Amino acid sequence: MNTANPALFQASDLNRHNARVQRRYRLLFGLMTLLLITPVLLILGTLLAKGGSAISWEFLFSAPTDGMRTGGVFPALLGTIWLVTVALLLSVPIGIFAAIYLSEYAGDNWFTRIINLAIINLAGVPSIVHALFGLGAFVLFFKFGTSILAASLTLAVMTMPVVIVATRESLQAVPPAFREACWNMGATRWQTIRRVVLPNSITGILTGVILEVSRTAGETAPIMFTGAVFFTPFLPQSVFDQTMALSLHLFVTATQVPGIAEQVPFGVALVLIALVLTMNSVSIAFRMWLRGKKKW
Amino acid sequence: MVDVASPAPLADASQQAVAAVPNKLEVRNLTIRYGSEAALRDVSLSIREHEIFGIIGPANAGKTSFLKAINRMDVFTSGMRVEGEIHFAGRDTRRLNNVYALRSRIGVVFPLPVGLPMTVYDNVALSPRLRGITEKAELDVIVQRCLTRAALWDEVKDRLNALGSLLSGGQQQRLTIARALSQEPDLLMLDEFSIAVDPVTTMRIEDVLKELRQEVTIILVTNLVQQARRLADRTAFFLGGECVEIGVTEDLFTGEVKDQRTRDYVEGRFG
Amino acid sequence: MATGTQALSNRATDARPAGDFDRRNADWYFDKLIAGVVFVCGISAILFVLGIFFFVTKEGIGFVFEKMDFREFLLTPYWSPSDAEDPEYGILALMAGTASVTGLAMLVAVPFSLGAAIYIAEFASGKTREALKVLVELLAAIPSVVWGFIGLVIMNPLLIKWFDIPVGLCVLNAGIILGLMAAPIMTSIAEDALKAVPDRYREAAEAMGATRWQVIYKVVLPAAKNGLLGGVLLGVGRGFGETMAVLMATGHAVNIPDSIFDSVRALTATIAAELGEAVVGGEHYQVLFTIGIFLFLVTFIINLSADLIVRGIRKG
Repeated sequence: MNTANPALFQASDLNRHNARVQRRYRLLFGLMTLLLITPVLLILGTLLAKGGSAISWEFLFSAPTDGMRTGGVFPALLGTIWLVTVALLLSVPIGIFAAIYLSEYAGDNWFTRIINLAIINLAGVPSIVHALFGLGAFVLFFKFGTSILAASLTLAVMTMPVVIVATRESLQAVPPAFREACWNMGATRWQTIRRVVLPNSITGILTGVILEVSRTAGETAPIMFTGAVFFTPFLPQSVFDQTMALSLHLFVTATQVPGIAEQVPFGVALVLIALVLTMNSVSIAFRMWLRGKKKW
Repeated sequence: MVDVASPAPLADASQQAVAAVPNKLEVRNLTIRYGSEAALRDVSLSIREHEIFGIIGPANAGKTSFLKAINRMDVFTSGMRVEGEIHFAGRDTRRLNNVYALRSRIGVVFPLPVGLPMTVYDNVALSPRLRGITEKAELDVIVQRCLTRAALWDEVKDRLNALGSLLSGGQQQRLTIARALSQEPDLLMLDEFSIAVDPVTTMRIEDVLKELRQEVTIILVTNLVQQARRLADRTAFFLGGECVEIGVTEDLFTGEVKDQRTRDYVEGRFG
Repeated sequence: MATGTQALSNRATDARPAGDFDRRNADWYFDKLIAGVVFVCGISAILFVLGIFFFVTKEGIGFVFEKMDFREFLLTPYWSPSDAEDPEYGILALMAGTASVTGLAMLVAVPFSLGAAIYIAEFASGKTREALKVLVELLAAIPSVVWGFIGLVIMNPLLIKWFDIPVGLCVLNAGIILGLMAAPIMTSIAEDALKAVPDRYREAAEAMGATRWQVIYKVVLPAAKNGLLGGVLLGVGRGFGETMAVLMATGHAVNIPDSIFDSVRALTATIAAELGEAVVGGEHYQVLFTIGIFLFLVTFIINLSADLIVRGIRKG
């Protein structure tokens, strides 16, 4: 032991140089991360500062008045809830089943690859093209007119990849050995999914659904020509009515209403961001809670 | 039913000696391929009612593929192709309308224990429930009986609501056996069950198997030749996808062998 | 050799008849039914993509076949669809608007998001990494109309003040907005690509005495190259197809930009702004759908190449 050469463990010049280089890059990338995040936080802070004064119970629960120059956002908030609910009723079941197909049934072949490519494209096609599709297909061809139904269908098609991807991920997190054990007992594929796979991935799927709520609520372009309108004095009564929506309301108050009080669009933006980020935070918190709970 | 009896018996001396016992399983010219690669080539053998049939052999001998083919897992395994005939309880398993019914009567225990991520109770009650049994009292009886038979009841009776997947390895393996028993199987297939279990548990499970042979037929795939010697009535030696030898277990160790490789393997010269 | 009848009578433990191997019960049929339903849902994504192409083409095809002069459409910068006498449909300026904004956005976003991804995936650890990841994910969730609003009311006056220009709605504004918007998404994708490099590569290199940075530079980055490139391409696709933010932050003036302070108009924004006033089935309406076809095809190609780069090369 005592005979070991102490110089062996001393840093050489090369070692020291390498360590210096490493520290420099670490600093550089850390700064880049900071530069990416700080401006956004500053912006959000500004929004909060300017819009905060507009937010009140009255703002949330009353209708716009005086040609939208004053008043609240209630019809838009309610419209967004309508749009999101109907869209999710359509996209969640289809999305979950599609994910089950991809994770539990599909083989590793060219056909599956085409489906995956289609999903990527569904998420990647510009939102305004989805709007054109919704107008051409749901409003005109299927004759739903500009209605909540047409807008929600458009939103559903556009945001379905969110549910598919999240569901597929949580299904695949269930180890294959569980499925095989179940199959070997004589369970059908569906019995296996229903009794072993789904109970152990349902919380992950829920995370994806919440994420989709957030995505759907924020979309503007797809609903502009399919069901959402700048202003309507009526609250929607059925899926065949037109409606106002929070996201479009922000666009309208920011660009189309001359002489509007400055804090109104800020308030609208704040409500929209709060809605979206709350949903996202819930989803993230859910995921973390899930990760802490070990089931195997 | 009749066609099972018609083909000529396999040229196996030990089989003719006890021909009065009916065959539970008959395998003829079984070849299993994954893509172009053959995992098992032209295997023919028959397994009798209520015997423990050992299968020994080194890795890649085709032992696990053999079990998968019997249980018709080939339909759920992409690329796996099975040729030849497998008759189970007198039925050609290649020509069944409902493979799930077949599988529900064959219990399987895997090399690595698989406690399903549900309660211990639900693990054992799963198969009865799949069969349509919903009554609590009936399920209680089945769960207790199977856990007792698998020598696990005393350890888990106070925590039937614990997650099966979080039990210790040895307990999970016995849970797997209890689950297999809850199927009320005609045939129990164990695939190197002791690979991830401590020696004490292994001995307990071996005792369980000795008792079970009164009621079910058992196929015991093992990489431990001494385990086959302790338990199996007859044993087959698989090597590189071939069935090299089938015989009364003790003969492989002390009596005549047809192939020198068998003796070399059981005496530990390779594998 | 035993006969079948003897075998049956000997089976003491078996109360069930062997015939049920052939009986398909309710579970069997239900399983088949679900397999069918699940398959239909599985291919729905393909049907939707085809549907998008079909319906957008259906509305726009009349113009393509009857009136469109490809050369004029793609190569002239004159866009005046509402001119009653002689409407002009040249999308060159609109393409230049989209390209300049997207290009600038990528210039901002690519290096920063790669840097951030490397920091998060390779340098940061524990709580810091978790916090950064959550933050990036939240930033990626901010709706595009909010970004447009930020460009309009926050960036606009800032740019006017800093650069002393008459209008702050320009290539620079939209480029920064789009860059900030695309960066979190690209960071996430790039971080996933870095995480996909197996840890044993890192461990092997570290065992030879390499520093963290040497490991990243010599081992991780080359291994994650395709994933990173795919992520960048998806970011380009996002920027290219972004609608609300560019509608609100570019100034919306038909113009081939000379400098980053010029106002421009993007392809997507043009549709969003004009579709409402176009008569259904009319020429202007059809032209807007024709732009839609063009956007669909370009993003399709971008997404396809991203997919080929990320997966195709690996699978051969």
